[in-house]
Amino acid sequence: MSTRLQKGGRLIDRSSAVEFTFNSKRMRGFQGDTLAAALLANDQMLVGRSFKYHRPRGIVASGAEEPNALINMGTGAQFAPNQRATTTELFAGLTARSQNHWPSLEMDIGVVNGLFARFLPAGFYYKTFIHPRAAWKHVFEPFIRQSAGLGQAPTEADGDRYEHAYAFCDILIAGGGIAGLQAALVAASSGARVMLLEQNAHWGGRAPVDGDLINGKPAEEWIKAVLEALGKMENVTMRSRCMVAGSYDHGYVLADENIADHTPGDGRPKHRLWRIRAGRIIAATGALERPLAFAGNDIPGVMLASAVRDYVVNYGVSAGDRTVLVTNNDDAYRTAIALREAGLEVPLIIDARAEVTGDLPAKARAMGIRITSGRAVVKVKGGARVSGVAIGLQAGEGAVLEEVVCDVVAMSGGWSPVVHLFSHCGGKLIWDDAQAHFRPDSARPPTNQDGASMVFAAGAANGALQGDAALADAGRVASNVVGELGLKTRGKLAKAVVCSEAAMEPVWVMPQGANTVLRAKMWLDFQNDVKVSDVQLAAREGYTSVEHAKRYTTLGMATDQGKLSNINGLAVLSGALNEPIPAVGTTTFRPPYTPVPLGALAGESRGEIFQPLRRTPMHAWHEAHAAYLEPVGLWRRAYCYPRGPETHEQAVHREILNTRANVGLLDASTLGKIVVKGPDAGRFLDMLYTNVMSNLPVGKCRYGLMCNEQGFLSDDGVVVRLSEDSWLCHTTTGGAERIHGWMEDWLQCEWWDWQVYTANVTEQYAQIAVAGPKARQLLEKLGGMDVSKESLPFMGFAEGTLAGLPVRVYRISFSGELSYEIAVAASQGLALWEKLIAAGADLGVQPYGTEAMHVMRAEKGFIMMGDETDGTVIPQDLNLGWAISKKKADYLGKRGQERTYLARPDRFKLAGFETLDGSVIPDGAYIIAEGVNANGQRNTQGRVTSTYHSPTLGRGIAMGLIVGGMDRLGDVVEFNTLPNGTVKARVVDPVFYDKEGEMQNV
Amino acid sequence: MLILECPYCGVKADETELAPGYEAHLKRFGPSSSPEEFEAYMFARKNPKGVHFERWRHAYGCGKWFLAARDTATLEVFGTYPAQVGEPPAEIIAKIKAKRPDWKGFK
Repeated sequence: MSTRLQKGGRLIDRSSAVEFTFNSKRMRGFQGDTLAAALLANDQMLVGRSFKYHRPRGIVASGAEEPNALINMGTGAQFAPNQRATTTELFAGLTARSQNHWPSLEMDIGVVNGLFARFLPAGFYYKTFIHPRAAWKHVFEPFIRQSAGLGQAPTEADGDRYEHAYAFCDILIAGGGIAGLQAALVAASSGARVMLLEQNAHWGGRAPVDGDLINGKPAEEWIKAVLEALGKMENVTMRSRCMVAGSYDHGYVLADENIADHTPGDGRPKHRLWRIRAGRIIAATGALERPLAFAGNDIPGVMLASAVRDYVVNYGVSAGDRTVLVTNNDDAYRTAIALREAGLEVPLIIDARAEVTGDLPAKARAMGIRITSGRAVVKVKGGARVSGVAIGLQAGEGAVLEEVVCDVVAMSGGWSPVVHLFSHCGGKLIWDDAQAHFRPDSARPPTNQDGASMVFAAGAANGALQGDAALADAGRVASNVVGELGLKTRGKLAKAVVCSEAAMEPVWVMPQGANTVLRAKMWLDFQNDVKVSDVQLAAREGYTSVEHAKRYTTLGMATDQGKLSNINGLAVLSGALNEPIPAVGTTTFRPPYTPVPLGALAGESRGEIFQPLRRTPMHAWHEAHAAYLEPVGLWRRAYCYPRGPETHEQAVHREILNTRANVGLLDASTLGKIVVKGPDAGRFLDMLYTNVMSNLPVGKCRYGLMCNEQGFLSDDGVVVRLSEDSWLCHTTTGGAERIHGWMEDWLQCEWWDWQVYTANVTEQYAQIAVAGPKARQLLEKLGGMDVSKESLPFMGFAEGTLAGLPVRVYRISFSGELSYEIAVAASQGLALWEKLIAAGADLGVQPYGTEAMHVMRAEKGFIMMGDETDGTVIPQDLNLGWAISKKKADYLGKRGQERTYLARPDRFKLAGFETLDGSVIPDGAYIIAEGVNANGQRNTQGRVTSTYHSPTLGRGIAMGLIVGGMDRLGDVVEFNTLPNGTVKARVVDPVFYDKEGEMQNV
Repeated sequence: MLILECPYCGVKADETELAPGYEAHLKRFGPSSSPEEFEAYMFARKNPKGVHFERWRHAYGCGKWFLAARDTATLEVFGTYPAQVGEPPAEIIAKIKAKRPDWKGFK
């Protein structure tokens, strides 16, 4: 029975009861409880089931290291899985449900997995599910999917709010225990900007529980005084409930502040993610107690000694009436003493050490507690709850000398420093033989941009485990850090007095000679069901690297990320490999230290403000006229403008036919527009484009191609000669920023002596394509400038006014029709658009969208970047040799295109395709060829790149790349169709409409 | 998440402002270069563990390309300098040599 004691509990407020539910059972706790403490107070030791064998799991720890007490919290939009009960603060109305069991926590059918434990050894995933092949799909995968995962995925969008905060400081201190507080005092006294972050709601760490004295007074009083002093200092920022998740390059620190987990619905953000740049980081992150590996150490009721002590002292909760302690160190005796002082029974302390001589054991003895030395737990008795322990010699093989009845086993295998923040950026660890743990090696720290140490461990995190040593160490480390920043500390360091401890003795397997039956019941990773026998098996099977053994056995891969299991696991591995522990090393520590909710990482970046939206000046008009918008980069462009019950396809066809018969308007404002100006601008553009741009006459337009240095097509567009020294380069919608950066790259880094200036003016202009046989009539109705064939011929450019608005008009056509592209100041874009719509009413003007534009350009055989090109296509592949200058000595991509393999006759080249039955070739279809390749897949000889139904021609048309290209004219080839058919098509000229260009050149 | 100081505008910028641009001090080989020269220019990158010279652009700042010398393993930055040079400035070379006596040099 676990229960609430009559007295005690330094963190709870007994006057304030709190109701909550666990698995729909109503329970009561107190303000200040963690959920785990409240569950124990309600005799709810059983909290979940293990991952693989579905064994009953109880609360093991009292903090972030808890591997078992993971629960589903809340419901609906407030639902969160895998929350650790040990760090969840209790609040009224909290609803929690246990995980990983069916049908119920008490009665779980998956427990039969345990009966088959022999058949689920380490690496069973890799061994078991191989044959027969069909069984994977029908048996293994459904079974694994059903049983995999612990918590459930939420079914609703997260209903809470999260925010990000940015901060800068000189010294960041992670951990608000006594070491962190001491470090903060020292750091703050120098005047440096200090941030002190503590993951728990309470400051001071373990010192108050352990009864340390600081400056002659109880630790709690000193902590209170320090908090008060720090709170008054302007250069100090303190946050509790703020977990430092990781340290990254150059002092970047991520911290997750839990603001309202315990006050849901009060309007505050649930979490705040701190993104901090710290000059130096002090990791005062404490240490974690290690479990001991003995048979049955996973039975509910076996807990960490420190956790048993925490529940009694902090929450007035006893885990059970009779607690047997098993330890290899003196610290655990504090638990026995605390239990005795609370009036609970401690029938026996089992100490693995041959001699027990310290002050703490002496104190326990004086209280009448029996201590047996050189002994081990041979096995824990009980099923869903501890009922007793069998005891034998630690030096032996497991013969039982005695049995003791108890309901709690409190274990302590020593303490391991929390080295995560030191290690995230590559800080190295050293093995401390005396304390049997890895601790940060200050000679090999992670480094900053200036080459100096970036993270400093202090206190227990630095291996100074006891209060007095931790305080002294933190003071020393903080003074050093302050000195490195060129500042001076003021004031005196606090000193602690603690009960001294005798040396611990490492114990990795208990008893040391345990037989295979016992070793198969010794858990290392409680959540993932990894046992001593699994790690030993992995070593026998050749997984000698700790990283491989981890992945093979899943040791340390549970949600606690090996906080409890890591050191024990690698000690067992090193034993199996007969190598010293430091030679085996640790697995890599990666952020975050404890899980950070995805919502916190996303912060405000969700929904509408997930990413910026770019709108053209006519965007609101499109929306008001029922346009269906599609994303193009960050832009939204009108795909089509459906009328009434029209489908998108019907709308696109109407828009095309109307443009070809009357006149259409396209919002082309998103096209990239880059001005290139200066004495060397022509020479520069000749390098940038494959054709010559320097000889383009003023007032003329020319289509150009840009390639990367490998010779592959990168962008295309029309270049306009605005004046003697300036050109306007149009790019694709998606290419504007990239091409502008590309230009700047060459100008700044290669030809920096050329006098050229570039400006990306994409958003400064709105641009409207007016296309169709009645386009000229429409512009003439607006009036203001001569748009006749004689004054403004095809590929010409003129400046003037239309309807009183100053404009630039380009006679260029992407539709194949008589077409004017009109650029106007962005602020006047909507005005011009509306004037065109109004003036064109009796001419049948209609707006058309991007899909109509795509179909019309395909009817004309114009290529589209990203359709006909994919980063491996050179202009020659697309029959664009005419746009490549033979005269120029050099241009970007010229050398790349000279590579011999690009001249191979079997390259895919552009051609047009017409299905024999008039149907539309499916998007992405391949042109099949004879035979199969090495993987048994059908050989191919090409693929479709653009395929549409042409309303103009009333049939399917396509462009594609095929071996031989235009040499194959007239051939009939087969495209594949899904699921396994084919469609025949004839190779034709890709220009399907107006081959002579009579429509655009009028 | 590196912090680099833009040598043009003096701003200490991080990943929110900077765009990376691969190895610095590459010599361009154009038409008439040999296949070996072109291959070296196009594809052969040093990718060292240790001292490295890189191109960066202060993309969401002054827009300038600049070069940085840093240690890819320890992330120590030896300095940043304008892109309009053929090889690293002497003072940066000297600084690296002082800090990394085993460094084999820029070439």
